[in-house]
Amino acid sequence: MLGWEFPPFISGGLGTACYGLTRAMDQLGMEVTFVLPKMVEQTYATHVKLLSPDSRTSAASFKIDDLKNVKFCTIGSALQPYSTPETYHQRIEGTLRQKHLIGGGNVRSASQLMDSKDYSTDMYAEVHRYAAMAAELAQDRQFEVVHAHDWMTYPAGIAVAAMSGRPLIVHVHSTEFDRSGEHVNQMIYDIEREGMERADKVITVSHFTRNIVISRYGISGDKVEVVYNGVERNGSWPLDETGITTDEKIVLFLGRITMQKGPEYFLQAAKKVLGVMDNVKFVMAGSGDLMHRSIEMAAELGIGHKVLFTGFLRGEDVRKIYRMADLYVMPSVSEPFGIAPLEALDNDVPVIISKQSGVAEVLTHALKVDFWDVNEIANKIIAVLKFPPLQMTLRSHGNFEVRRLRWKDAAAKCAKIYGETLVSV
Amino acid sequence: MPSVCFYFQVHQPLRLRHYTVFDEHEHYFDDHKNGSICRKVANKCYLPANRLILDLIRRFDGRFKVAYSITGTLLEQLQHYSPEVMSTFDALAETGCVEFLAETYYHSLSFLYSRNEFVEQVHKHTEAIKYFFGQTPRVFRNTELIYNNELAALIESMGCFDAIITEGADHILGYRSPNFVYQPKGCDRLKLLLKNYALSDDIAFRFSNRDWPQWPLTADKFAHWVGNVNGCGNVVNLFMDYETFGEHQWEDTGIFDFVRHLPEAILRHPDNNFKTPSEVVECYGSADSVDVPHIISWADTERDLSAWLGNAMQSNAIHELYRIEKQVKKTNDEKVISDWRKLQASDHFYYMCTKYFADGDVHKYFNPYDSPYDSYINFMNVLGNLHGRCSEQAIGGALCSAP
Repeated sequence: MLGWEFPPFISGGLGTACYGLTRAMDQLGMEVTFVLPKMVEQTYATHVKLLSPDSRTSAASFKIDDLKNVKFCTIGSALQPYSTPETYHQRIEGTLRQKHLIGGGNVRSASQLMDSKDYSTDMYAEVHRYAAMAAELAQDRQFEVVHAHDWMTYPAGIAVAAMSGRPLIVHVHSTEFDRSGEHVNQMIYDIEREGMERADKVITVSHFTRNIVISRYGISGDKVEVVYNGVERNGSWPLDETGITTDEKIVLFLGRITMQKGPEYFLQAAKKVLGVMDNVKFVMAGSGDLMHRSIEMAAELGIGHKVLFTGFLRGEDVRKIYRMADLYVMPSVSEPFGIAPLEALDNDVPVIISKQSGVAEVLTHALKVDFWDVNEIANKIIAVLKFPPLQMTLRSHGNFEVRRLRWKDAAAKCAKIYGETLVSV
Repeated sequence: MPSVCFYFQVHQPLRLRHYTVFDEHEHYFDDHKNGSICRKVANKCYLPANRLILDLIRRFDGRFKVAYSITGTLLEQLQHYSPEVMSTFDALAETGCVEFLAETYYHSLSFLYSRNEFVEQVHKHTEAIKYFFGQTPRVFRNTELIYNNELAALIESMGCFDAIITEGADHILGYRSPNFVYQPKGCDRLKLLLKNYALSDDIAFRFSNRDWPQWPLTADKFAHWVGNVNGCGNVVNLFMDYETFGEHQWEDTGIFDFVRHLPEAILRHPDNNFKTPSEVVECYGSADSVDVPHIISWADTERDLSAWLGNAMQSNAIHELYRIEKQVKKTNDEKVISDWRKLQASDHFYYMCTKYFADGDVHKYFNPYDSPYDSYINFMNVLGNLHGRCSEQAIGGALCSAP
């Protein structure tokens, strides 16, 4: 299995999905070798236990105790999900500078470092370098199918599949159209398309995404299957007091603050809500390229004092923020699935979700809106805050519904798809 | 010698328009949607079914009889959108073979929340039936056949009814059969007619179901089942929505042909006949007294109130609605009172039902909203606006009376 990120190295839903799926496969007794690119120098929040591979070797393997049948291989690489070529370049520069400092007197220029073939400054070259290394790694390993998650791993998937003669499954968690709207990056689109074309089966996380794969990438419908994500139930943890005594209501946006997630619709709706009721705070948890723009926009709308930005949250902090929230809003412009609303429901927080999302296909006990319909978003936010019976009904039914969405079913469905490719080969 | 007693419930709700918290307009109803649905149902069901019934009454020379209960909410809509349906009902009334029943004008659950309002609505409905069809109803049916001992006592105390109609639920009857006339517990005079839900649902729900072992249902087969009651019952009460004919069961299922042949098949046996509810009451004595301490209805398999009051949103919405009754009536503003009454229709609460919602069943089919949550939000926004109008009125009234 080829991925980009895995907890604790996560920045979005993809890592969560890979973790949930892999864990469920492990429980079903399937053997998984999980290959992921990892930039060695990365700082993580201290509460996260960092599983550090040996950075000496380019391909390191390790296991997580919890997962008996899963082996992890990391490839030293600066690939990070949700990157654009520009941010990739920035990050590389930063890492090199850091390395330079750590390295002490051993002064080397960036270009010298590049020569060491640890990294590449060009993201596309890096994607292909990852592919080459993955193929090399695969040579001395046994496996039956190759399962690649999202575009950065497609070339690797193609390479490994070609080399081993094993069937290739590409798993589409998002497409370039979701991330960039109509301004697609041609290079990424080409990689995505090639991956889908070369794959024996394409798995999409929703019918919403399946339609994009068919209509925008020209893939034949009979090889595209939908496997919905699940949610990792954290069970009930003790509800220790968070020390909030205010009677202010909290409306939560949690996700990357990027065009895809529709932060501006959240803010415009917030403005309308505040026109009707005052005791509400809007929390935007996450980071992203539109964060600064969003802060400015909140100020321009004159609601700066009512909107809080927390930055990127992980682990316990996410739980805490859910515990504080009265309502979760996901106004995504184009959301292939959207695991966060499931987590919100799992944490007893009712949700408003965009109809332009895959998760809207699986949730019935959620309020659904068109992302552009700011009036309706505000209308529904107010209703949830104003009418406790609505909040209560959404919460209890939603929480119940979420329990039926299990990773075990997703893993079983993947296994079935694997079986189909093995038969047809 | 069983008598067959048909009663058809005829009702269409007034659907609300999309109403957000930002709306301030005092018009709450979706005229376009209500008009187009009313006309559609008129063409698919009311008109063809009325013509067919009229034909049958004429053909059998008064031996075929039926009863209708038409809500005030629908009568208003028909006058507006499909006056031709009104004239066919009028023609039916003139045959003398059609009885009109009494109910709450607004198809409301008012019995459960406000006895005063309930009595007012029943009177208003009776007046409307008198006005349109020249009959004074003698038999009462409550919205959704909601019933208990208390309702029977209230209806008897009103003094204008001979009988009341409800569901022949198994748990109130026990070993007894619904095919007799009963007496409500605690009543002296009032009689009770119980729906034979098995035979009624064979027509209303199962008629077109191809997985049903009895499919296809023919008039002869059905008449045979009715004949089986001979010797163990006096009357077979077939109560169903009128929209069964052409709307729930589409014309191509053969439902109209079934009805066309049914009187002939039933009357083939010389002991059989058709009777209206009032005739049944007059003809047969009470076999026993039936005790219904807890509320029953004709909905779902539970036969209880859970379709309208099963979740927190539903009980909250209806509670809030009746909580403002005094304020509404104090305004003396006819428009405010009528809007408030239109919001009482049980349909609004039915749309908020979360029972079976995820499975997508009959509840969904009749629901103009995407979800029960949307319907609750919409309703509460409308109610909020209406409430605002009450206090405006109060302020306005105070100002007027000040000098």
